Amino acid sequence: MDSPHHRYLSGLQQRELRYQRCSACARTQFYPRTLCRHCGSAELDWLTSSGDGVVYSVTWLYAKDTPPSNIALIDVAEGFRMMSTVTGVPTDVPLIGRAVRAAIADDAVVRFELVAP
Amino acid sequence: MTDSLRGTTAVVGVAESQLGLVAPGLTPLDLMGQASHAALAEAGLTTRDVDGLFTASSVYPAAGLDTAEYLGIQPRYIDGTVVGGSSFVSHVLHAAAALRAGLCEVALVTYASTQRSNAGKLVARTQLNAYEAPYGPRFPVSMYALAAARHMHEFGTTREQLADVAVAAREWARLNPKAFSRDPLTREDVINARMVSSPLTVRDCCLVTDGGGAVVLTPAERARDLPRPPVYLLGAGEATDHATISQMPDLTTTSAVQSGRRAYDMAGLSASDIDVVQLYDAFTINPILFLEDLGFCAKGEGGAFVADGQIAPGGVLPVNTNGGGLSYCHPGMYGILLIIEAVRQLRGECGDRQVPDAQTALTHGNGGVLSSQVTAIFGTEATV
Repeated sequence: MDSPHHRYLSGLQQRELRYQRCSACARTQFYPRTLCRHCGSAELDWLTSSGDGVVYSVTWLYAKDTPPSNIALIDVAEGFRMMSTVTGVPTDVPLIGRAVRAAIADDAVVRFELVAP
Repeated sequence: MTDSLRGTTAVVGVAESQLGLVAPGLTPLDLMGQASHAALAEAGLTTRDVDGLFTASSVYPAAGLDTAEYLGIQPRYIDGTVVGGSSFVSHVLHAAAALRAGLCEVALVTYASTQRSNAGKLVARTQLNAYEAPYGPRFPVSMYALAAARHMHEFGTTREQLADVAVAAREWARLNPKAFSRDPLTREDVINARMVSSPLTVRDCCLVTDGGGAVVLTPAERARDLPRPPVYLLGAGEATDHATISQMPDLTTTSAVQSGRRAYDMAGLSASDIDVVQLYDAFTINPILFLEDLGFCAKGEGGAFVADGQIAPGGVLPVNTNGGGLSYCHPGMYGILLIIEAVRQLRGECGDRQVPDAQTALTHGNGGVLSSQVTAIFGTEATV
């Protein structure tokens, strides 16, 4: 059996945000595991997310000598939540509830961009 | 079914170690030695009497072994449950079950840390989940900040209301000679302090201090023969629903809903029966969430409930009467100190900060990033 984490990382290398859906209960989960966290089944399918999401919460981190950066929780359209960051926004723009879309960069990290309303 | 534990065990001794900033070279074990000696002495007992040990640590992976060896005891029952800062409230429940089952007769719960004199940093889990690590959140403050931001968004909780939690803690601390921070603190001081992880400033965050404590429990029948008035465990419950913040189902509702219900059910009490409340205030959002989840106010009304001195001395509900983790002492894991203050309030030993005629006390421990929630309710002889 492949490591779930390795399989996730290999998806990022191909610029795909992968997640799991349970064949038994049809619910989705993130992060990937060897069993379903909802029902306990070990029958899991791997799917690729559309990357569409909504900001659930956000905090701006302030540190010496670096500009503020944000850490966000994103509710992804396929029914799972993940930690990420929203790029290209100033600190005074309200983000909670805003539509965002995933962009996977060369460093294989998932970041989100605001979708124009 | 679980009501069989109600009133069957009691706290017979409590003590803090040295607190704040201790002398260089003192170890957490040294402080646990201080606190254990003093708590047992209060109970008319010594280490010779201890046969059950309950402990957790950020620095000793097998804390039960290190602590037993240092204290010179050979316990027949060890519980080293580690669920973060709530561990010691959990230990009280586990100790009551072990005492009730006859697995031990004198249970010692103890913890200490020298995180301030060692490092000046919070000694806590810094290894992040691989799915959170790439984004560089500052553990644990960013996780609590995410909960605060969502609570503000959903319920209109304000920056001022968060600040009022810190101000109330400070006003209690000003009545406690052992509190670390006793200078006056205003709402504006909190809001204008250095921003750490928005919306939380450094004054929304608990202290980083040395310190520790010990709590001794025995079966109720034995407790009645010991020097201090017994403080009975009336009910306790624990719950958890995640370890990492991105896995928490709803950032505005903690599993204190479940732990509280379990504790109230065992005690046969509800929030309106509680005289004094000790809540784990690692950050100012915590008491707001826990007051809601434990039934002291409705969901979403916690901000209004804590505002304008309503949980400060002279307010509607006495919360964190020692000054809490925000102003009294926060040695990495704070749960043991919640219990010590609750016991002292029920014995009427708290001097200027004493809540008149306190008969029932609720302690609520929080661990990880709102991950572990443990509630314990104590009462005087009159409540059993």
